[in-house]
Amino acid sequence: MKLVTAVIKPHKWEDVREALETFGVAGMTVSEVSGYGRQKGHTEVYRGAEYDIALVPKIRIEIVVDDADSDDIVGIIVKTAQTGRIGDGKVWVSPVDTVVRVRTGEQDASAL
Amino acid sequence: MDGYYAFMLVATAFVLMMTVPALALFYGGMSRSKSVLNMMMMSYVAAAIVGILYVAVGWSMGFGGDGTFFANPFELLWLDGVTTDAYIGVMFQMTFAIITAALISGAVADRLKFSAWVVFVPLWALFVYFPMAHMVFSCTDDSLICGRIGAQDYAGGTAVHINAGIAALVLVVLLGKRIGWPREQMRPHNLTLTMLGAGLLWMGWYGFNVGSIVFGDGYNDEQFFAETGRTFATTTLATMAAILGWLVVERLVHKKATSLGAASGIVAGLVAITPATGAVNLSGAVAIGAIAGAVCAWAVGLKYKLGYDDSLDVVGVHLVGGIIGTVLIGVFSTSDGAGGIDGLIYGGGFGPLADQALGVLVAVLYSGVITTVIALAIKYTMGLRLDEEDEVAGIDLAAHGESAYDLHSGSSGGGSVLAAATVPASAPAKSEGASA
Repeated sequence: MKLVTAVIKPHKWEDVREALETFGVAGMTVSEVSGYGRQKGHTEVYRGAEYDIALVPKIRIEIVVDDADSDDIVGIIVKTAQTGRIGDGKVWVSPVDTVVRVRTGEQDASAL
Repeated sequence: MDGYYAFMLVATAFVLMMTVPALALFYGGMSRSKSVLNMMMMSYVAAAIVGILYVAVGWSMGFGGDGTFFANPFELLWLDGVTTDAYIGVMFQMTFAIITAALISGAVADRLKFSAWVVFVPLWALFVYFPMAHMVFSCTDDSLICGRIGAQDYAGGTAVHINAGIAALVLVVLLGKRIGWPREQMRPHNLTLTMLGAGLLWMGWYGFNVGSIVFGDGYNDEQFFAETGRTFATTTLATMAAILGWLVVERLVHKKATSLGAASGIVAGLVAITPATGAVNLSGAVAIGAIAGAVCAWAVGLKYKLGYDDSLDVVGVHLVGGIIGTVLIGVFSTSDGAGGIDGLIYGGGFGPLADQALGVLVAVLYSGVITTVIALAIKYTMGLRLDEEDEVAGIDLAAHGESAYDLHSGSSGGGSVLAAATVPASAPAKSEGASA
């Protein structure tokens, strides 16, 4: 099993969710996060004062999937969330040892 | 005459509304969520303190006779000898004293001890505002700004706005910057309150400006109708022009026209037209409003260049706007206006302009010097500044034991389980440490 983690632009979140649902992803965990990458935030002017906005708001999606699906899911996220401008985000995949469904105690593939 | 009396009852209530709640809302929305209650309280408590003090000695110091700086404080002590049919005049002037003191509070957000404010306000009213009101509004032969210099000030460009603006500047210099300023963003926490407050200030300002009519030889219909029409219209147009002036500058310089800019533009226009409302015609009002809006939009950025933490821009709006309006009377005044003087562009020469500038200078110096003495006296006795820890936690909790937005207290039934669990333990402990 793999954990797919994606950090994307907030306005792309609805599109990504729809695309993943169409593909057949059964569930995911989503959080509102903030951070920065190579673009290092940006500066804003308000009421005569210039501010460095170090952290940019993003949406983080976490999905645990079968090994076989992980490349497809990464592809869907990248394709849907892409605008081509800086700050589009990142997707990464990490190995998962064990998954347990809390309600039943089922393990691994049957717990997905 | 009956109509005038009824109008003054309403005008007086309107001006009191400008402080409670309009100014409190305007400033409260601009402050941070952890200090909004303290910000509003500074206005409310100023109303209570200054109001009673005004009746005690303020009226007498202002209007109890002749004098260069102030009249005899004991002549009409506690309105002794003033008949009740003259009380509405006292009440009207009282509301001016209240809002002038309250205006200062915007500069000292987050960090002035509440107890220091409660001591500062009556001393400042007594030694700065009451004399200034005499110099400007009493207009006896000896009174400095109106009588001796002859500067025009219809409703308080010098006595109210320049006065409060200079006092604010003095206080923030002696008080120091907030922790984290200007590195940390300290943006307004609720601009809907600010927009609401600005709108109410605009409405109340009709009581302030239009109600400031003075009859030389007793009431007469002709002057009442002609002059109130002029002051109502010039107050309105200047405010509208100032909104646009502010937003255009913001859009050009900072790329966005903000709601805070519109609200501030309203106040900047009202401030600038306050001294000039009886003197200028419609185009003069639009010019003064537009100039005030544009210049104040730029002036609120000065604090970052010069390094004084005028938190809610009392200096940038009231001092700068007050100076603009007072000085520009010398340019745009018309002889058919209340002062009967032609300004520079109507062939009046530089004389009126010089008188206006001198009036500004006197107001700046008098208020600046006496406010400095009062603030230093408080600083080196009881202290001005809130405890560092309390400032970071928020003055609402430290000084008042309250929080404006108690969204996750257990009793309200909402909010997150984690937040609710921490409330009983932390809330009483924090309020104990209050030093203010």
